[in-house]
Amino acid sequence: MTANLNTYETVRPEEVKIWFKTAAVSKFPKNGGACIKYKDKQIAVFNFTREGSWYACQNLCPHKMEMVLSRGMIGDENMEAKVACPLHKSNFSLRTGKHLNGDLEAIATYPVKVEGDFVYVGFSE
Amino acid sequence: MKTIIVVGNGMVGYKFCEKFVSREESEQFRLIVFGEEPRPAYDRVHLSEFFESQDAKALELAPLNWYSENGIELLVNERVTDIHRKTKTITTSRDQEIGYDYLVLATGSVPFVPPINGVEKEGVFVYRTIEDLEAMLAYAEKVKSVKPNGKAAILGGGLLGLEAGKAVMDMGLEPHVVEYAPKLMPRQLDSRSSNVLQLTLEAMGINIHLGKATNRILGNGAITGMDFGEDDTLNVDMLVISAGIRPRDELAKTCDLEVGIRGGIVVNDKMQTSDPDIYAIGEVALYNQMIYGLVAPGYEMAEVAVNRILEKEVVMQHDIDMSTKLKLIGVDVASFGIPYMPAEKGLSIIYENKTKGVYKRINVSHDGKTLLGGIMVGDAEDYSILHQMYLNNMPLPDNAEELIVGARGEGGSPFGSAMDLPDTAVICSCEAVTKGAVCCSVLDEGNETVKAVAKATKATTGCGGCKPMVSDLVKESLKTLGKTVKERICEHFDFSRQELFDIVKLRGIADFDELIDTVGKGHGCEVCKPAVAAIFASIYNETANKQNAIQDTNDRYLANIQRNGTYSVVPRVAGGEITPKQLMAMGRIAQKYDLYTKITGGQRIDMFGAKLHELPLIWEELIKEGFETGQAYGKSLRTVKSCVGSTWCRYGMDESVSFAVEIEHRYKGIRSPHKFKGGVSGCIRECAEARGKDFGFIAVEGGWNVYVGGNGGANPKHAVLLAEKVDKATAIKYVDRFIMFYIKTALPLQRTAPWLEKLEGGITYLQNVVINDSLGICDELDAEMQALVDSYKCEWKEAVETPEIRERYTHFVNSDETDETIEFVSLREQKMPKEWA
Repeated sequence: MTANLNTYETVRPEEVKIWFKTAAVSKFPKNGGACIKYKDKQIAVFNFTREGSWYACQNLCPHKMEMVLSRGMIGDENMEAKVACPLHKSNFSLRTGKHLNGDLEAIATYPVKVEGDFVYVGFSE
Repeated sequence: MKTIIVVGNGMVGYKFCEKFVSREESEQFRLIVFGEEPRPAYDRVHLSEFFESQDAKALELAPLNWYSENGIELLVNERVTDIHRKTKTITTSRDQEIGYDYLVLATGSVPFVPPINGVEKEGVFVYRTIEDLEAMLAYAEKVKSVKPNGKAAILGGGLLGLEAGKAVMDMGLEPHVVEYAPKLMPRQLDSRSSNVLQLTLEAMGINIHLGKATNRILGNGAITGMDFGEDDTLNVDMLVISAGIRPRDELAKTCDLEVGIRGGIVVNDKMQTSDPDIYAIGEVALYNQMIYGLVAPGYEMAEVAVNRILEKEVVMQHDIDMSTKLKLIGVDVASFGIPYMPAEKGLSIIYENKTKGVYKRINVSHDGKTLLGGIMVGDAEDYSILHQMYLNNMPLPDNAEELIVGARGEGGSPFGSAMDLPDTAVICSCEAVTKGAVCCSVLDEGNETVKAVAKATKATTGCGGCKPMVSDLVKESLKTLGKTVKERICEHFDFSRQELFDIVKLRGIADFDELIDTVGKGHGCEVCKPAVAAIFASIYNETANKQNAIQDTNDRYLANIQRNGTYSVVPRVAGGEITPKQLMAMGRIAQKYDLYTKITGGQRIDMFGAKLHELPLIWEELIKEGFETGQAYGKSLRTVKSCVGSTWCRYGMDESVSFAVEIEHRYKGIRSPHKFKGGVSGCIRECAEARGKDFGFIAVEGGWNVYVGGNGGANPKHAVLLAEKVDKATAIKYVDRFIMFYIKTALPLQRTAPWLEKLEGGITYLQNVVINDSLGICDELDAEMQALVDSYKCEWKEAVETPEIRERYTHFVNSDETDETIEFVSLREQKMPKEWA
């Protein structure tokens, strides 16, 4: 199956209809990411321990259409949390999805919450 | 809304669009661009780089979507065939008819093909477009398949002809440059500088034939040679014509615009043709009865045309500066102002050094006060500043010869600093950026790096020749702000790598969070995290498993990520020595997991196409068969390549394989600023290519020669001799110290060759440090290296045996499914990733 960009659309917190229970907090490396599957979507979820926050975005890097962003390194640029694609180091803002070092389309981002020991990602459908 | 039609989408046509859409008023216009080539505008100045990269995209000036995003209608593969001035319309090769208010002709030029008998033969090419290059490449392959020693001639020894000479040399054909004039680059060089250039090029393997008029092209169907008359012939299998350009003015002729006798559309200083609504710019425009074949005047013409259409009073300057500096086949060639002239106009100072291939000439006025022009071959480092002195009429120093031979005795450069230039001095002539604009960008707009200044002002984005000067100006401007310019690794650490290395070591910090909290700020990024990871590894020799999240992509999963997000696996095969039993084991495992296998350049076997979750399974089996990790993914020792040496070879002087195996096991697992490689050759025939490596040993009568600082890759560099005829133990000791010294002092991702190049004092200094112990650090270096060697462990063994590490190797953390988007196609009985969409 070929990956398709149209599968991914940003979900804002107020649009969440389903909070999908993904996996235990311990499955997500500190200051790193892991990939989860929801229906036909692959979502990268990041445990930004240093900031004390969580982020989620599409796992698909729009540059070469590979399912790799969860394996990218996270960090910050001018205080904004970002992920660097492991293939060619395209940087995306984890807050807005904006491509920071080029002009690719922004990637889709999703709300994340932690309840008890579990990580939930918000979807609108 | 008014319509502008631009005919031609070369560099100048593109520049017109770029300048036009940057203006606010442009929204009131419809802009349509026609290009007959199948791709958007590309950088023709750097065309010969296409041979190295084979990547047409890299030459693109802007991607296709740039045009639509800026509201420009770009029609490629479509030629304008007629202009109807009365109705103000054009028709195209696809029978479209479109009306215009303004028409801009930027059709450029075509190569001039002299009317020589036989030019139509197969194997005769011109050098102008990417398509020309592709056709040449295909033909060269055909020639080589039947004649491995095939020859190619270039007709024309001008600038482009010599570039073409390099191009055919890169294609693997023997190059012959044939020039009608008695010297190379007749327009730019005098005969002495041409002679110096010729010697340098000949030493590189380019054959040069001067003063030859080609009568006829020989061959039956395809070219076999060139006939110069009087039984003088040259056998060649291919010919590239580069004998100048002719403006493409045929459209002007169809609608009776005024053209010059030898072609070119006549324009005034507003870039208007004889019809005021039709403009001509670039190489098709005949201005001052001249065609200007350079990018900078073309860009200026575009600027004038944009302004005129927007009804601004801007005119083209009368005297156009034709100064150029270029790197021709790796040789600097520059000329500015009046390059050569009769004695009544002024006097020349000439410096010539044929042993170094350097020639410099400056022409000064009779009173010795003004610089009139000059030529530089082999060393044009001072071109920018000399060119600026010429342009700005700056006073010459008392001893003008110091400008080319350097100042004698004490005191700095005879030029002073770039900051002495007037603010109006144009630093980047391609983009017409002044010194004032560069400094202002630093001082007032807060752009503190060359990159930021380039983005803001566009300086350096054309030919790039002004980069050293811009970099000086940025540095100097920062100094006036009281800011020191220092190498810092990124925004999170205000330190260079070497400083961080010392901090980590002295304070005994072993954790990224602790380091950034104590001496950095923010949370880190993809630049500082791997750099710090490498420092921890070099000091504590910890494996990449420990602080997994700060490792670079490949180190994080101990494998090389490939195009489709799968990985490749490379076990260590020290010295390239492998038993039949190991070969079979590897074959069995590769077959079981359906991996593509290939022998690498480092004499080992790479297995591609492993999915993330398969990596621990594959390694478990490899380790059971006695393999260990090859660290092909790490910034660490890769391989030590060897020839078979005296064990089997009848020429061998010593046992190179045994040495290679020993040394590879010594340095395996050591993390460094960049990857490093070694080689051991059993004799001076050098079959192991040890001098192309970061360190190399070559067996000679009476011991081993030790070489350091070589590499292959994009900028190949031969390693240089560190010590001669030493015994094995000494050779190892020197290389131990060299590696340790490099690890401690290099920049992140700096390999040994550029490190050595930047090392003040170069190889002599290095010899003093590692052989004569001039810094008194040899004991320390020895101890540090020994500690690294003693603490090696296979990080893959650690990974498969530790459940928490093993757990990382799964595509989804909430499902056992695998990534279904990974697709393979078959390739010569193996597989490869499906093409990128």
